[in-house]
Amino acid sequence: MPQIVSANRLTDGIVVFLAASDAWVEGIAGARIFDDKASLEAGMATAGRASAENIVVDVAPVEVAQTPRGPEPKHIRDRIRAAGPTVRTDHGKQAAGL
Amino acid sequence: MYRYDEFDAAFVADRVAQFSDQVRRRLAGELTEDQFRPHRLMNGVYLQLHAYMLRIAVPYGTLAPRQMRKLAFIAREFDKGYGHFTTRQNLQFNWPALKDVPAILGHLAEVEMHAIQTSGNCIRNVTADHFAGAAADEIEDPRPYAEILRQWSSIHPEFTFLPRKFKLALTGAPRDRAAIQTHDIGYHVTRNAKGETGFVVYAGGGQGRTPMVAHKIREFVPVEELVAYTQAIVRVYNLDGRRDNKYKARIKILVHEMGLEKFKAAVEAEFAAMKPDELKLPQAEVERIRAYFAPPKLPPKPARSEALEARKAADGKFASFVEHNVTAHKTAGHGVVTISLKAIGAIPGDATAEQMEAVADLAETYGHDEIRVSHEQNLVLPHVALDDLPTVYDALAKHGLATANIGLISDIICCPGLDYCALATARSIPVAQRISEHFGEGARAKEIGAMKIKISGCINACGHHHVGHIGILGLERKGVETYQVTLGGSGDETCSIGDITGPGFSEQDIVGAIDTIVDTYVANRRDVSEDFLTAYRRLGMAPFKKALYERDTGADI
Repeated sequence: MPQIVSANRLTDGIVVFLAASDAWVEGIAGARIFDDKASLEAGMATAGRASAENIVVDVAPVEVAQTPRGPEPKHIRDRIRAAGPTVRTDHGKQAAGL
Repeated sequence: MYRYDEFDAAFVADRVAQFSDQVRRRLAGELTEDQFRPHRLMNGVYLQLHAYMLRIAVPYGTLAPRQMRKLAFIAREFDKGYGHFTTRQNLQFNWPALKDVPAILGHLAEVEMHAIQTSGNCIRNVTADHFAGAAADEIEDPRPYAEILRQWSSIHPEFTFLPRKFKLALTGAPRDRAAIQTHDIGYHVTRNAKGETGFVVYAGGGQGRTPMVAHKIREFVPVEELVAYTQAIVRVYNLDGRRDNKYKARIKILVHEMGLEKFKAAVEAEFAAMKPDELKLPQAEVERIRAYFAPPKLPPKPARSEALEARKAADGKFASFVEHNVTAHKTAGHGVVTISLKAIGAIPGDATAEQMEAVADLAETYGHDEIRVSHEQNLVLPHVALDDLPTVYDALAKHGLATANIGLISDIICCPGLDYCALATARSIPVAQRISEHFGEGARAKEIGAMKIKISGCINACGHHHVGHIGILGLERKGVETYQVTLGGSGDETCSIGDITGPGFSEQDIVGAIDTIVDTYVANRRDVSEDFLTAYRRLGMAPFKKALYERDTGADI
């Protein structure tokens, strides 16, 4: 299954995703998709460096399905994490249309 | 209420400076996350699902209006305009940035508040009856003793690295409103034959993955020995509690594995081994602390308020509010007002900055400057003149705070669950909202009567589901949320752990299952005076199980 790499930004804890440019973006739509083990390992190594450089914390791969809207996490926990609280749709990334 | 002395103020200021420097070093890359994590946890900062979370201590649930205003200010200035009152009488902010936490702690220190020991394997915020010092049935206000224990346990060098977290609760009336038997140590205020104040001691209670009701380990500990006896218990736990498995590290497991008699003997031996007068509380010091909690001087009033009666006669909603949200006060002509943070369909325990300020206003004008946070996630104005209730009610109603459902089925305890919490396995808030909307605060809720539903989004049981009359535990099964139901739990002086009904229910079916349980109770109760818990204890699980799992699903087709 395809995967993306996620983390929390150190300064404010906001959930971020590793983009194709190796930058960290807030919207899951911009997340780089890793289709195989080797590319995921490279992505995790990049993320590990960002963690060592104190840009992000709690780096983890996230299983996703590729949809026309972009990557969609397989697990409900990751879907809520990518969107915001289901009970407060006025907060989190969903509020910003991310 | 208690006011910081110079020592307290300096201690909190030092801690703010210390943690501010730790945050600075973390952001500068001088500390790794592994090095920093224990420091942030000891200052109440968690990393949750969407962001950091800051848990602020509200010692024994007592707040002054200026403190509530400060929480509102922080909500607005540094968070998203709201906060969440928890089942341990604390307040959590869901969205603070780490870089802002030092400033937030500085603001809190200005009003004698902090986030120390709201996390980590230490003695946590000491909780108490939210009606302390006000309720008509009280023997004695437990808060001076809670404050003494708070002072003793704050960064206590021997007890800062316990096997696991450690929770103390105290209650001062025969009716236990602080759920003391679900705590590591629970103290129940009592009087001995000579009329002296002391405590019945419970130890080894807890919820989580292995729920246990605390054991009574001593009938009477006099006030002067409160701290010494607490030290004896915590010392036995600290030395003998397991450190090899964090799931077996709470004192409840130690009591269970040692056996009650052996545990009691170990505590008594530790207590006896102390030097004479070691940690003995001087009477003068007890009196000094007690003076901070002296009840407000309430002007004498007739027991019956004509203003209140007239409004009740004219306004059914107000009459309902008085019936459900106002509790007898120890002073005639006054009432204890519980403000529901459970508006129908709302998120249990959440309050906006505007609501916090509205409550602060009311406490200043009509409530002798006192506010309480209950472990049931409501707020309390403990000293309100009955004559003022119509005005207080109108002001609450303007801010969506006049829901008349205290103790009814829509007054639900609910943890943040998977909508916010990194540990959760399922969402809990949407289930609470749907149950609340289904039963409401009207005729159906009143017909059902006293009912405590408690919902947790994982086995850690922050939502106290084990002691809910109806408990709901959210779990994940093959990637799907599922809800296990327990019946017959209770957190009061008749404490019991609920029994699991059987297989869990889907998110779609859970409200229907609760409806079936409620209908079964109503159909089987002796009369309306037999509440759900009493009826369940008489009837047992059988009729509920039958109704839930043996329905002839084809009958209506």
